Amino acid sequence: MEIFLLDKTIVVVIVFLITLLIAMYSTWAERKVAGFIQDRIGPNRAGIFGILQPLADGVKMFMKEEIIPTQADKALFIMAPGISMLTALLTSSVIPWGSYLEINGRQVMMQITDINIGMLYIFAVVSTGVYGIMIGGWSSNNKYSLMGALRASSQMISYELALGLALISVIMMTETLSLKSIVEYQAINGWNIIYQPLGFLIFFICALAECNRTPFDLPESEAELIGGYHTEYSSMKLGLFLFAEYVNMFISGAIMSALFFGGYNLPFHEELSTVFSHNTLAILGTVSFMLKTFTFIFIFMWIRWTVPRFRYDQLMHLGWKILLPLAMFNVVATGTVILIKMLW
Amino acid sequence: MEKLTNRSKVVVKKEMTFLESIYLPAIFGGMWITLKHFFKKKPTIQYPEEKRPFSFVYRGLHILKRDEQGRENCTACGLCAVACPAEAITIVAAERKKGEEHLYREEKYAASYEINMLRCIFCGLCEEACPKDAVYLTEELVPSQYDRKDFIFGKDKLVQPLGTSAHPKTYKPYKK
Ligand code: SF4
Ligand code: SF4
Repeated sequence: MEIFLLDKTIVVVIVFLITLLIAMYSTWAERKVAGFIQDRIGPNRAGIFGILQPLADGVKMFMKEEIIPTQADKALFIMAPGISMLTALLTSSVIPWGSYLEINGRQVMMQITDINIGMLYIFAVVSTGVYGIMIGGWSSNNKYSLMGALRASSQMISYELALGLALISVIMMTETLSLKSIVEYQAINGWNIIYQPLGFLIFFICALAECNRTPFDLPESEAELIGGYHTEYSSMKLGLFLFAEYVNMFISGAIMSALFFGGYNLPFHEELSTVFSHNTLAILGTVSFMLKTFTFIFIFMWIRWTVPRFRYDQLMHLGWKILLPLAMFNVVATGTVILIKMLW
Repeated sequence: MEKLTNRSKVVVKKEMTFLESIYLPAIFGGMWITLKHFFKKKPTIQYPEEKRPFSFVYRGLHILKRDEQGRENCTACGLCAVACPAEAITIVAAERKKGEEHLYREEKYAASYEINMLRCIFCGLCEEACPKDAVYLTEELVPSQYDRKDFIFGKDKLVQPLGTSAHPKTYKPYKK
């Protein structure tokens, strides 16, 4: 039992640190990608290729003056960034980062916990993510913040529906809610993207909206709302809000690669297992999982610096009148195919 | 109405076709463009390490020339100050004493010659006005200062140092 706890603690700490590290370097990567797309070279002064830029930014954030508006609801104002960060990080606990490692004859899972309702858990946590933004916007007692918070909540609620429906078809196919089982299902049957391209497209668009990324960054929209829900925030509180966005991005990238792109599975598993030991293979699997995730992060950034922001009515139109019916159609179609297969 | 140019385009608000209304082809097209830019060569110049050469006719910090024998050219005629549209030049004239012939070329010289670099617009009119080939604008940039009064450059900063080349550093096609 103690050994089990120790293993889990180590895995939790490692996952936590890696998530933070990747989120940190996503901020750097975002600026680099933005620079390259705009024919610039991005930050390159702090360390070689600007590799220390996130640290410099962190130090800057901590040194900034902390301002809490007098009319703000202090307790909620201080809590909000924490909630944002908390919900962003919580999701990482059910993501299967790899299969298991064999250490001294024990099997150490490279996943914090494999609960059998992993998908439901993710939904539950992701939908609480809006609270951080909502509370932050409301407690600032600022009209712009309130507008941002309103937009954020309506946007997230609208897109969560389509997101859920897109996943239902995946769950129908794999007949499980546990993420690990879904990944293992793909090892036998091939990646889900082959059978669910429409589902993936819907999921991807909704993930963009859930992470408040362009073209759905209406809650922030610097130009119209002066930053939206975090207008009044300064110092590291602002930093946490921005950071939570990058954590969210990383987690949604991970979820997408686990659900649709085979997670930590390697191609030619049988052939490779004759060459490498189990542990090497598990680590290689994790590396491939990370690569897939990074690709998604890059695509998120790429889209951000390509596509302009939606208008608000367009956003609602897209969510309710296009994505939702499409997702429903996808569920029905998947169901029909499954039924035909069963009757065959 | 008659058109002023042939570049104007008539904008028609027509219904989008199906392909246009699902946005995706346009978005992929845009992403292809940004991807091409991603791999383009960057035109950035790393400033303090790398500097771009100035144009031949760049007008920067002034210099008060000496002639081949090291004597100051300026005769304090004040034509530059009159020509200056920004009224940046202040001159105090003095008469050359006996024994100062090696210092000043003309019988009258500028005891004090000040240019306020905050007023100066670097138009180069002073250079054109000067009948004695005394004042020139070089390629140097005016260094930044913390204080306004430090921007008033006197003779100590303007006069060409002794022993340096008597030709202006910059290429001046309109002056021999
Ligand atoms: S460059 Fe123009 S503004 Fe400057 S001192 Fe000469 S005449 Fe005056
Ligand atoms: S710099 Fe030239 S124009 Fe100005 S006072 Fe001297 S001689 Fe006259």
